[in-house]
This record gives sequence, structure tokens and C-alpha cells, in this order.
Amino acid sequence: MKEFIRDDGRKFDEIRPMKAKVGVVPNADGSAMFQFGDTIAIASVFGPKKMHPQHSQDPEKGTLRCNYNMFSFSVEDRIRPGPSRRSTEISKITEWALEPVLMIDSFPNQVIDVHIHIIQASASTRCAGINAAAMALAHAGIPMKDMVSSISVGKIDKQLIVDVNKYEDSVFKEGEGATDIPFTFTHDGKITHLQLDGKISKEDFKTVMNLAKEGAKKVYEVQKQALKDSIEGKE
Amino acid sequence: MTNRQIVIPGEEIAKGNDFLPGENTEKRGNSIIALKYGLLEESNKLVRIIPLSGAYQARRGNSVIGKVVMITFNGWVIDIGASDTAFLSLMEVPRFVNKDGLEEVMEIGDMVIAKIWAINKRGIDLSIKQRGLGKIDEGIIIKINSNKVPRVIGKEGSMIKMVKDETGCNITVGQNGTIWIKGDKVENEIFAKRAIEFIESKSYISGLTDEVAKWFKENKK
Repeated sequence: MKEFIRDDGRKFDEIRPMKAKVGVVPNADGSAMFQFGDTIAIASVFGPKKMHPQHSQDPEKGTLRCNYNMFSFSVEDRIRPGPSRRSTEISKITEWALEPVLMIDSFPNQVIDVHIHIIQASASTRCAGINAAAMALAHAGIPMKDMVSSISVGKIDKQLIVDVNKYEDSVFKEGEGATDIPFTFTHDGKITHLQLDGKISKEDFKTVMNLAKEGAKKVYEVQKQALKDSIEGKE
Repeated sequence: MTNRQIVIPGEEIAKGNDFLPGENTEKRGNSIIALKYGLLEESNKLVRIIPLSGAYQARRGNSVIGKVVMITFNGWVIDIGASDTAFLSLMEVPRFVNKDGLEEVMEIGDMVIAKIWAINKRGIDLSIKQRGLGKIDEGIIIKINSNKVPRVIGKEGSMIKMVKDETGCNITVGQNGTIWIKGDKVENEIFAKRAIEFIESKSYISGLTDEVAKWFKENKK
């Protein structure tokens, strides 16, 4: 069988070139950039700080507050700036993906703000956002049980693919159509977030899981290297 | 496991029972796991992680420099850069202060050196009942990352002593990363500021004291 080559020349399980950097926002307590090819996310963490208004305070544990934002110039057709249905949903999803690893119990009445900005988008923006946010939280000195790494697996017609790009996400319409499944894993292989947009069979899903796990491992290595280099690189 | 290594959260530091988990680490199963991002340090079989970035965490006994942000009927609310605001009670002022004359002692926007006396549910309590503490009248204030304060001070104050001697300025370093520089000339204050910024940017180098001595030789006019 001839090997499947995607529209941008990648193999089915090849991730776009990844790039990560820590400490990109000097005024934040922690910050990071994560890039999948043409998708670039910048996350900045502020806090832990006192939660305001006071009635939102939780005396038992701290609160994680994520804010996902796509810049109006991040896509080809300008998008309306400001919050939207989609960005509100992704903000919440990001919170759920990060909360299981965050040791937030040690910050009662306090809030950790995570701002994620997508400066350039070509699908998988939520994955890039979660990856950047996880690194930024570590950089902000927040205690965490583990790192999280996020990757999307998709299906175009009958072919499974890792790290969906814009064409595969929103342009492809042939055959069975396109499916997009973003995952977030801890580095020991537990899932903290899984979404499904489209259709997938039970049999295919098993393969998807394995592909995602392998992909997340590669993402983790990039995150780890960036965090380590940010200190050693300053010498 | 090598000493002085950077670890990230969730990373396995050591296997087996040869080491004990210290600050910012956790025993999980048969291995020790890092819970924070920072520098790994091992002494007497105890492993701990020293964070190198992030917001200031207030601790009892810390000397800090803060800014007056609010005046209440019995004291001042001070911003020290921690997650809680700090309170300096009127009782801390050694002389008589009229209840509506708190502004005469310290106004909003004034900088103050204080010691963290207690941390409780309601917040942080500050004290100025010691020599060297109290309101700052003149000089310049700079801010650095609070995690780099130990490097700026150096072993037994060696680093800060060198900066003081070289610039002829009086320097007070708050544990929260706020630094007060007071010299007889503004040029000297700015020179001290540049020196501290240099130390902050090179804070990961071993043998930093020598490096800073070299910097002074090159930059001193």
C-alpha cells in the first residue's frame, strides 16, 4: 500500500514542527509560548492572588480561571474581537484540562489567572493553548502533580491523522468528512481532557488513543526541553 | 541524579529509598516526584526543589518593602507583592498619633520597610518596631524577581556588600524583591541599579561573585 501523504506533505502521524519558549511575557508571574506549525499560542499566568469579588472566594481551595482569546488577525478572515460562544467554551475546557494536575488546595480564597492568546491560528489552537498554559503555570511556580500535554487526532475520510491543520479541520469535506479529537494527557498517560467533533467508530478509536498517546509524548519532550533551557540558556 | 539540575513538575527525581522527599517534592510509589519547576538540591539524602520563578510567597520573619495603598482608621494597608495584602497597625508607631492624623505619619504611595510579624487567615501583619524599619524618605526603588533575592544578597551578604562598597550607596533588599537604593548622588544610585540588574540577569551562573567583580572593573569610570 502506498503511504498516505497529507496536503502539507506530512506523514499520517507526523506532528507539525513544534517550538516552545518560557518567559515570553516579562510582566507576568509565569508565561510561555507554544507553537504547532502555523498555530501559535501565548499563555501568561498571574497569581496566585486574592480573588475579587469576595463572594467568589472559595475558602477550601483556590480557583483556576482561564481566558482563551483569539486575536482578530490570527485567521485569514478577520474575526470579531472579544469573547464569543466558542472562546468561552474553550476557556472552560482549558480549565478542566489543567485543574486535575494543579495542586490548587494550597491557595484558599485565591485565584490563578491564565490568559491564553492565539496570535496565529491553523487548527489545534486549544491544544497549543493548553500546552502553553501548562508550561506557564510551571514557570509561575505553581505546585503541580504532573505536566499536561495536548494533541489533536483527526480522521479525514477513512484516514487517521495526528495534529490536525486548518485544511484538515475545516476545508476537507470528501467521503466520510472530517473528524477532530483533541486530547490532553498527563505525562504518565492519564487523560484530563477529550473532545470529539465528528464521527468515529469504536475500532478506530482504539487506534486514535494510541496515536494520541504517542503524539503527547513528543509534545511533552518539547515542553520539558523548553522549561529546562529557559534557565540553562541564560548562562 | 546530579546536583544542581533543573526539574519540571511530575518528573521523577529519584527511585528507591535512598533519598527522602523534601520541600516541593512528593513520594509516589517507589519514587520521588517533583511538584514544582526549579533547581534540584540534595543534602544529607534529602532532596528539595528551589523555585526560580513565580510570584512572591510571604513568610514569617521576612523583611519586605511595600507601598501604602490604603489608610484605615487604625493602620495602613500595604502592598508587598504577595497574594494577600499586608496590614501595618497604628500601634506599631512608637509615638502618639491622632486618629484622624494617620496621613501625617504615612501617606498613600509612601514606601515602607517592614517585617512580616504574622500570617493568618485574615492576612499578613507587619511590624516596624525594629531598627532600620519604617518609612522610606528618599532614594530609588527597583523591583526584581523575589526568587533571585538570595543571589543578590550572596553568601552571608557578600554580593550586596560588594555592590555597596563599589557604588557607595546604601542598599536594602526586601525579601519580596523590592530594593531600596540610597546614595549621595543619583548617578551612583543608577550605577547600583545597573549592577543589581546585571546580577539578576546572570543569576544562574556559578561563581557569580567573581563575574560581578569583573563587571565592576569594566563599567566603573
